Amino acid sequence: MNDLIIDGVTLKSRLFVGTGKFPSPQIMARAIDVSQTELVTVALRRVDLNNPNDNTLSALDFTKYRLLPNTSGARDAAEAVRLAKIARAACRTNWVKLEVTPDPNYLLPDPVETLKAAEELIKDGFVVLPYINADPILARRLEDAGCATVMPLAAPIGSNRGIRTADQLAIIIEQAGVPVVVDAGLGMPSHAAEAIEMGADAVLVNTAIAIADDPVRMAEAFRLAVEAAVLAREAGPGGESRLARASSPVTGFLTDEVASS
Amino acid sequence: MTFLDKLQQLDFSAIRRALEAVTPDDVQRALTRERPDEGDIIALLSPAADGCIEQLARRSAHITERRFGKVIQLYAPLYLSNECVNKCAYCGFSHELDVERRTLTVAEAMKEADAIHDEGFRHILLVGGEDRRYLSIPYLLDVVQGLRRRFDSISIEIQPMSTEEYAALAAAGVDGLTLYQELYDRERYAHYHLAGPKRHYDKRILAMENGGEAGFRSLGIGVLLGLSDWRFEAVITAYHARFLMRKFWKSRIAISFPRILESAHHFAPEFKVSQRDLAHMLFVMRLMAPDAELVLSTRESAAFRDNMIGLGVTRMSAGSKTDPGGYTADGSGRQFDIEDSRAPAQVAQAIEARGMEPVWKDFDREFIVRSSS
Repeated sequence: MNDLIIDGVTLKSRLFVGTGKFPSPQIMARAIDVSQTELVTVALRRVDLNNPNDNTLSALDFTKYRLLPNTSGARDAAEAVRLAKIARAACRTNWVKLEVTPDPNYLLPDPVETLKAAEELIKDGFVVLPYINADPILARRLEDAGCATVMPLAAPIGSNRGIRTADQLAIIIEQAGVPVVVDAGLGMPSHAAEAIEMGADAVLVNTAIAIADDPVRMAEAFRLAVEAAVLAREAGPGGESRLARASSPVTGFLTDEVASS
Repeated sequence: MTFLDKLQQLDFSAIRRALEAVTPDDVQRALTRERPDEGDIIALLSPAADGCIEQLARRSAHITERRFGKVIQLYAPLYLSNECVNKCAYCGFSHELDVERRTLTVAEAMKEADAIHDEGFRHILLVGGEDRRYLSIPYLLDVVQGLRRRFDSISIEIQPMSTEEYAALAAAGVDGLTLYQELYDRERYAHYHLAGPKRHYDKRILAMENGGEAGFRSLGIGVLLGLSDWRFEAVITAYHARFLMRKFWKSRIAISFPRILESAHHFAPEFKVSQRDLAHMLFVMRLMAPDAELVLSTRESAAFRDNMIGLGVTRMSAGSKTDPGGYTADGSGRQFDIEDSRAPAQVAQAIEARGMEPVWKDFDREFIVRSSS
């Protein structure tokens, strides 16, 4: 597999993780450690950037992974841009996971406002990783606008339903010139492996780890699944067929020689 | 279309009959639905569903965990005034009662807010009796302006207002509106609301939609349990929630479950609503609206609240004082007595003890573009 490079930074781990919904900051921190992730996303609305003792932030060890602030909760481009600027000032990173989710129920991303915000943020020097529905044209528009990745959803956030957008995701993966990170809806390690096997460059997982009975073990399971899928891709999968394929072909004697007439 | 139009289309007596006619099979069918429809909601709230409370609780817990995670968000009410022009049979602020009346000055309100902030809260709910002379828009704007530097989320639970008035408050930094209809049964509504503008059932219903139009992010509804048949009220609460979710798709719906306890209100509720009934209603609201905030206040006992953690509740108040000035000194007349009088830190510990994280901040003041800053 090609190296995963975002804004010139090479990430060895292809598992990105979120910090919401955990039973405690301590368990969250342990799960993140075990996941061996190199990119951790934090919702700005959940943290108090002015408070050095903030429960979430103080539990995390940013010498081990990069912080990816996200704009979760923003309902339009203006809100997302404002939050991103605050994050940049407070977190000393110009990376931002752009989330514009006006509908509080399924938390589906608003394509129009996301594109608008992305254009504005990129102009302002941000490295933008946008959360989007699995819409191939939107993915291209965002790539054209200069986004560092696209992050299409597998299923609505928190649904744990696995890859429900497979056909659209396949088109995005086929066409993308930037890394494709499958985000949201991955409920089991097998879902994450499936995304990588399909050709995604990375996955982002939060709910499935956070609400497991044992989040630390689940984080490990996701790490192993992602590593297995990466290994499988590097091993060169044999491809799939509805027909049986004999391991010793009967036509092995045929050569490419062209008969002379 | 408003919810008033929807209410006019509903046949209340047919709903009551339907609640009684539900069979155990209907309940089982409703329990299998991903998104219960209006008929399923009746089935789940019917007496026939009483035996299924364990199933309801488990489904509610599962949905809540998936959607919200292992967290409970905490908030505190700040009572600004107990002046009120309404005469309501159940309320400690009722106009005719001989209680010490007080409206905090803006400076006093800030002192109270400091005390609340010191406990760790970043979400605050401004509460007051209904008297526009005291809780005027300029007064409220001053209070909000003072609070918004220190609080990430400011909600109001005060007299109903016009869209323009709500919009002014939203622009100043108020992001949530709570306005209980108290009860949807129109006849009984008149029976309890004896004088004052609150007598106008229709106006109160419509005010919530004014808040939606004004763009509040959170719209909170609720019925005061004990004033009417809870099953019927819960059905209409569910319909109201669904209606608001469709009409104001950018706002999150919050549902509260205030229950009259005789000891706390000095008012004998005519309809008995047990803890089990409250829990039943809450679980069904979760099945009906997987994404709604479900709120359980300090009106309920510490033991009951602790036991409900993880089963569907997403938002809890803590350390509440229901008398204006009560956080910094002995305040004036209370609206009702609280049952769970533990300090906020103790409530947070109880949440942690149940394997959940208490969340003090789940919004950011920067979301709101303020009109005057």
